Amino acid sequence: MQNKRLSLLVVSLLLFGLLAACGDSTATTASVTTTTAAAAAATTAAAATTAAPAAAGGGKTFILVPKALGNPYFDTANKGAQEAAKELGVTVTYQGTATSDATQQIQLLNSLIAQKVGGLAISANDADALAPVGKAAMEQKIPVVSWDSTIAPAGRMVHINQANSEDIGRGQIQLISKLIGGKGKIAILSATSTAPNQNTWIGFMKEELKKPENSGLELVATVYGDDQDEKSYTEAQGLMKTYPDLKGIISPTTVGIAASARAVTDAKKIGQVMVTGLGTPNQMRNFVKSGAAPAFALWNPGDLGYLAIYTLNAISSGQIQGKAGETYKAGKLGSYTIDKDGVVLLGKPTVFDASNIDTFNF
Amino acid sequence: MTANTGSLRRIFLRWEWLLVGLISVVAFANSQLSPYFLDGSNLLRTTSDFMEIGIMMLPMVFVIVTGNIDLSVASTLGLSASLMGWLFMGGWDIWLAVGVTLVVSVLAGLLNGFLIAKLKLPSLAVTIGTLSFYRGLAYVLLGDQAARGYPEAFTFLGQGKLGGTGIPFSLVIFGVLAVIFGLVLHKTTFGRYLFAIGNNEQASRFSGVPVDRIKMIVFVLSSLMATLAGFILAARFGSTRPDIGSGLELTVITVTVLGGISIFGGSGTMTGAILALILVGILRFGMGLINMQGQVQDIVIGLLLILSILLPRFGKQLTARATWNSGIAFRLAGAMTVVLLFGIFFFWSRTLVLGH
Amino acid sequence: MIAEKTEVTNPPEHRMVQLVVKFRETGIIVFIVLLSVLVTLRNSAFLSTENFRDILLNISILIIVALAQTMVIITRGIDLSVGSMIGLTAMMVSYTVSAFPGMPIFLAIPLGMTLGAVLGSLNGLLIAVGGVPPIIATLGILSIYRGLVFFYSNGVWVNAYQFPPEFRELTKGTPLIVPNLILFAVAVIVGVYLFLKYTRAGRDIYTVGSNPDAARLAGIPVKQTIFRVYLISGLLCGLAGVLWASRFEAAQTNTALGFELQTIAAPVVGGVNIFGGSGSVLGVILGGFLLGIINNALTLVKISPFWQLAAQGFLILLAVVVDSFILGRLKRVSSRRKR
Repeated sequence: MQNKRLSLLVVSLLLFGLLAACGDSTATTASVTTTTAAAAAATTAAAATTAAPAAAGGGKTFILVPKALGNPYFDTANKGAQEAAKELGVTVTYQGTATSDATQQIQLLNSLIAQKVGGLAISANDADALAPVGKAAMEQKIPVVSWDSTIAPAGRMVHINQANSEDIGRGQIQLISKLIGGKGKIAILSATSTAPNQNTWIGFMKEELKKPENSGLELVATVYGDDQDEKSYTEAQGLMKTYPDLKGIISPTTVGIAASARAVTDAKKIGQVMVTGLGTPNQMRNFVKSGAAPAFALWNPGDLGYLAIYTLNAISSGQIQGKAGETYKAGKLGSYTIDKDGVVLLGKPTVFDASNIDTFNF
Repeated sequence: MTANTGSLRRIFLRWEWLLVGLISVVAFANSQLSPYFLDGSNLLRTTSDFMEIGIMMLPMVFVIVTGNIDLSVASTLGLSASLMGWLFMGGWDIWLAVGVTLVVSVLAGLLNGFLIAKLKLPSLAVTIGTLSFYRGLAYVLLGDQAARGYPEAFTFLGQGKLGGTGIPFSLVIFGVLAVIFGLVLHKTTFGRYLFAIGNNEQASRFSGVPVDRIKMIVFVLSSLMATLAGFILAARFGSTRPDIGSGLELTVITVTVLGGISIFGGSGTMTGAILALILVGILRFGMGLINMQGQVQDIVIGLLLILSILLPRFGKQLTARATWNSGIAFRLAGAMTVVLLFGIFFFWSRTLVLGH
Repeated sequence: MIAEKTEVTNPPEHRMVQLVVKFRETGIIVFIVLLSVLVTLRNSAFLSTENFRDILLNISILIIVALAQTMVIITRGIDLSVGSMIGLTAMMVSYTVSAFPGMPIFLAIPLGMTLGAVLGSLNGLLIAVGGVPPIIATLGILSIYRGLVFFYSNGVWVNAYQFPPEFRELTKGTPLIVPNLILFAVAVIVGVYLFLKYTRAGRDIYTVGSNPDAARLAGIPVKQTIFRVYLISGLLCGLAGVLWASRFEAAQTNTALGFELQTIAAPVVGGVNIFGGSGSVLGVILGGFLLGIINNALTLVKISPFWQLAAQGFLILLAVVVDSFILGRLKRVSSRRKR
């Protein structure tokens, strides 16, 4: 009896394994979005699976590494990066870890360094933790730039800053102040409590709150939704209950702002509690129109990815060394100059509201 | 279970040889698939990614051999790194912080040990509790802060290389500890007691084995090694956040079981565990080199874990004569249809959104 | 998980277990009442119907999965893969629903449950037929299914605006005054209660858990029973996956990541014996309710969210210690009586 069942089990398991195995090969092909320039069109999907990226054609291969895969924000950045790749005649591969976890990101980077890729553009999960691996890459003559979320200066050549952290932080307070008429209790719903970006911005928000014109605003709590929809939603719900007279929620993260707006909608508190923060137009369109989140800010993540690849290419081709004061051209975005500490500033964030949201699609 | 293991051994000679075989196959496949695999400096760099897991695996072998389990190791790692970082940020000397953390680590291990050995509570339930409790304390300590700015003498633990060579210092630590833990397990009375407890706790108690004390020691060792792993990880990162090392306990247990340590206790070798660590290491490194996504790699590791238990049992069954009848054929066909239908739906529905 | 010699169940032993269960349930109720009073003193918003509704909404999915986990634990098993099964069904159902916005939306429920049942039955096969220890089988399956979520979706999430509006109504709608999500949980609670109490297959679960050898001798189909609990676990996780996606209007690759911990915590706090053989539906509900209240209360009394995890861990430890203490007491009392 036992052996028959066992054989049954093993056969079905093998079948399952077979499915998974077929899956594996397609997964690697599909999950790595590769755009090859017309010149290097020799790269086929099959080659992307087996051959290491560095081997592709004559063009260089740069890797765009997001904090984690899946977030529409990073997917949009990848679209911009692919556009830059096409213009420059290089290959850009988009590779990341499943969750925003520094340990996993380091493992991924180690395997990319081992493949001697042409360059790395990284959105770091931890500025300090990624510094040693960035250093190791540069020792192997692989140029490293960080974008979106910085690596400590020793571990990268250039950091592409989406917007000045101070502008972002202070801008959020100014937005909420305008929405609620400069008076009332506000709360912050952040990503993970360990996210370096958000913590910097929150720092500047608190600075801005000290200004006399913001004396009517009272920051009552900072909570963390871990960039998970369910947790962010529950936290937003908790905020409204704990502070029944809450006027506004600032969520400087794309997952959190959408969840907050939904929680406000579900609690039937549209108009009573205003949501703002950083979000993508597609996620927020309905909430802008319903009035749950009448205005929010973001830079164009596509431009961020685009600029990261142009910068990487400029370094890799020897145009610049990543020193302060150097100037280079970045296609449609015009020319950029490296500031002190190797920081390049993308520009000012865009504010989205009912008047302009329909002109954006990302 | 003991009888099973016996015949299993006869079929595959020894589990360890199977692991060696698998390692060779994987290494060969890797070297064919990627020109970057057989590169000394690459291999050495990647080893440091697995040292924390390896160091926690050593006492986990002890724990599992006694028929227990410790799910709290990664949380102990997090608590230790956070406490040390918190003290350091509070202006303490780094080595003093390390010392205090070691004391707390012993206490954390004693709490596990006390509840399991003295109060006779199931280790699974206790360590699920301490898994959240210790990780929770790490969050309470550091909150949204990151501890950073550790002196170079400390970061050497995780980032240092052995004078001029590319050998990571953490590999040396692991090597020394592995030899010590291996000798203790296989060459000392203490090691024999561990197996005795795992095989039959009641009997070993009657024959004078100090069961409770040994269990306490084992859990304290587990906690101390997790703390050491926490120091190394914090040193490798150069910073500590309270979520450091979350979820590593599952990898540690996977590697240990893959090493042939019976989850029921009483059997297993340190060599097997170390070979399993090497296998998982080069497998992951190889899959990384062909750009397989991290979570898709997990599918392979998960399959390996299940097959490592299932196939030996199946192999044993093969030696018995299989008898077929219509009932079994019917069920087999049913199971295959279900799997097939599921597979079709799986692949069809994903193309709905993703396209081809 | 850990093979443990069991004594043959005899009436006094059985009565003792009953006593423990009663004591535990009363204990939790007292604890809940005390906590509620304390919290209300600090923040009167706690006792509002609105807050009560939110607590219930927040624990509905937890209780559905915790009940599945309980049945597994009663057979001396454990299912670590619940989070991954929820994640995978949530993703697959969300893809289907967003691709066919016009489909009758209630079909998402049977679809999710079928997918979940297939996923769970693989656990069942491995454990009941393949003889793989539950903790190992479900640990492996945990990584495999989570990997499949990723492989399936290529990491592409389904976001709120991609769902048809009817899909959110599946959990948020209130045709019967109470939100649908709570009704789903109530239906599962009633179903599991009736199943465990009044069906042969349900009672077999207890018999197999309290003494597998005796169960075998008594002619109870042990393997089928074990297979069945993992299948049911998958089935309920499939349901939970659909509800999850509908409630949070999103399917992410990390949906329900680490959720297994809470689904184990609820029964353990509620007095379900981790060694198998005993556990009541009421206990699990109380356990889940207590966890829900604590999370809610911490926010309301403005204790830093960083304490949440530590509090949960402490509660689990407290529960297992109290359990062993009461059991030890009762054993001593009954042995004295015998003399």
